Amino acid sequence: MVDRLRGVSLDQKQLKRFGLPALVILLAYFYPSYVESLMDVPAIGDFVPSLGSMVIMIVFTMMAVGLNIVVGYAGLLDLGYVAFYAAGAYMAAWFASQQFDQWTFHFGSVGIAKTVPGIHLSIWLVIIMAGLFTMLVGILIGLPTLRLRGDYLAIVTLGFGEIIPQFVRNGDNVFGFDLTHGTFGISPIDSPGFGESLNSALGLPVSYQQSFDRAKLFYVTALILLLITVFCSIRLRDSRLGRAWIAIREDETAAAAMGVPLMRTKTWSYALGAFFGGVAGAFYASFKSGAFPADFYFNISVFLLCMVILGGMGSVWGALLGGMVLGYLNVEGLATIGSKFNEAGIHFDPTKYQFGIYGAIIVLMMLFRPTGLITERRHKQELEEGTADTPLYDVTHEGSDTDREPRND
Amino acid sequence: MAAAALTQSLTRVRKSGLTAIFGYALLTVVAIWLVGNFAQDPKEFIQVGLIGLTNGLIFGLVALGYTLVYGILQLINFAHGDVFALSGLVASTMIVSVLGLERDASVLGIAGGMLLTLVVIMALFAFVNVTIEFVAYRRLRAAPRLAALITAVGMSFIVQNIALAIYDVNFRSVPSFIPRSEAFAVAGISYSWNKLAVVVITLPVLALLTWFVTSTKQGKAMRAVAQDPEASAMMGINVNRTISVTFAIAGALAGSAAIVYLLQFNMRYDTGFELGLIAFTAAVLGGIGNLSGAVLGALVIGFIQAFNEGLTWYTPGSDWTRSIVFGILIAILVFRPEGLLGERTPEGA
Repeated sequence: MVDRLRGVSLDQKQLKRFGLPALVILLAYFYPSYVESLMDVPAIGDFVPSLGSMVIMIVFTMMAVGLNIVVGYAGLLDLGYVAFYAAGAYMAAWFASQQFDQWTFHFGSVGIAKTVPGIHLSIWLVIIMAGLFTMLVGILIGLPTLRLRGDYLAIVTLGFGEIIPQFVRNGDNVFGFDLTHGTFGISPIDSPGFGESLNSALGLPVSYQQSFDRAKLFYVTALILLLITVFCSIRLRDSRLGRAWIAIREDETAAAAMGVPLMRTKTWSYALGAFFGGVAGAFYASFKSGAFPADFYFNISVFLLCMVILGGMGSVWGALLGGMVLGYLNVEGLATIGSKFNEAGIHFDPTKYQFGIYGAIIVLMMLFRPTGLITERRHKQELEEGTADTPLYDVTHEGSDTDREPRND
Repeated sequence: MAAAALTQSLTRVRKSGLTAIFGYALLTVVAIWLVGNFAQDPKEFIQVGLIGLTNGLIFGLVALGYTLVYGILQLINFAHGDVFALSGLVASTMIVSVLGLERDASVLGIAGGMLLTLVVIMALFAFVNVTIEFVAYRRLRAAPRLAALITAVGMSFIVQNIALAIYDVNFRSVPSFIPRSEAFAVAGISYSWNKLAVVVITLPVLALLTWFVTSTKQGKAMRAVAQDPEASAMMGINVNRTISVTFAIAGALAGSAAIVYLLQFNMRYDTGFELGLIAFTAAVLGGIGNLSGAVLGALVIGFIQAFNEGLTWYTPGSDWTRSIVFGILIAILVFRPEGLLGERTPEGA
């Protein structure tokens, strides 16, 4: 560290550790300035994602990084991540729209008159609140279910992932109170921004939606949120808690014997994974200016899981790569490929089969490269040397008391 | 030390006591709701109950497929629901286009055609299910359970998209050659022919399955492998073949379930997802791995679904069916993870 500050040349390892991410961040940061010239390049130009698509891709990638905490680090299969996404989006819809027009409350809202009814908090505040609220949802879901092992946990999270969207869909009459506006969803949702005073003082944009640079502003903000997520994710992995997660993933019984409190540690992984889902959901709702129940269905959970698996379970860089690749396919790529097929005279629409494609990716990865594209060293070792996780056979003998009744925590 | 132990045991007692009280309170509410509805309109109640019975039998056929596979591999075969949907779609093609069964066909023609469809579809999807196991799950036997489970989710999407590719998004149905008119009516409560057909087809299939599992050599092998694969291999049981047979039976059950389902409802490529989840819940409710438990659980779920959608007194209605089914699933896993009939196994919690 001191050496670097003195300007001594970086050695190979440091170059790899800091140089590559820095290059990627720089390239990503200046993407808005060269995306248009990139689009003009013949042959590949059509495949270049626009800024708006990039925002969606980044939001999904954020969720993949969050899901990676649960599935990758702690080894808990969560098939209901979409619930957190929905919870985050609806937090934004409740606290930054005209949904509750029986009250009028403004705090840091930008781009709208102070007389507009409804609760309007600053989106930045709402994003944090959404994260915390989703964390709470994660804990509430986790407490009764994390006692269950692997496959039961998967099915229960799947259940919550179905209940929450259905609640949202039917929540327009909760004992006479319109909570979620039913199938219509809640729209419009306030835009992020910094308001007049910060604009004149620091030159920050007043309101994103009303700005000429709308796409670029959202893009840069999404990028910053993603960087924060990745940073937190890496720091968490290397923390005491992160090591406890990996210990649980490798061998629950041994971890418990070494004094890792199972329930608390698992609940934390759930809560922290949920936090990022909530943040991403709230930001995305603000970007789209709406939260609609049709957006939250089981396939999204599997889609996110597919990102983590493609990239490599437990690897942050893997989740990033998987998220961007599949996000791209989902938002633009498959449609572009479909239109290319059409131009060539083949009538095949890949977007229709997108979930079949993701399913095939999952199965192929699991069969032929279970460590994912970017292999996490530790995870690879586990697969090669085996873990104490009960394999398909032997299950009836390997279970122990710690499986269901973690005590002393 | 003693104090610590005492506190610990006290917390445990308090915890289980609270859970039990909450569980019983929940059951009481359901009982009051049922009695209340019965008092409102007894005839309607029984009528709706009969619908529940019929649907419950269909769920039972699918639930058996989940529970058989889980019993032997400890794997939730997510693709099972989609195999069910695909088999139903293929069956509709066979009935409508290949056999050309019509409403006005003779009774003998209908019975023969149905029997033929049943046999062909059951055989075909037994083969399909065995192929799925061979291609996707067999290589992962030694892998962590998570890997096989994730693969099953992937397979579910693949099978669903195969159905989508062949049949597109339209709903398929068969002509109502089994009339929906009433077969019999007792005290104003009627039961239609097509519902009766469900019972007529389902009960023999269940009887056949029970006979197979309890009385044949292969059935004994299945139970042995479910108990201890290694020991059964040592006893000379071909474990791979036994697992294949299990998947074949599960596939055949899904095929038969799809045909009886078609008699009442129409279906499309994603019908299997929802029904699969309901059936899985039924299997867990009964105690996963337990065959009679799966049927019992399916009947309970069938009743609950029918009551929820058919009754009127303080009833949430069909908008909430999915939430209720999953609520039951979560409640069962929290309050009684071993299910109604299951025994407490190490992985049962």
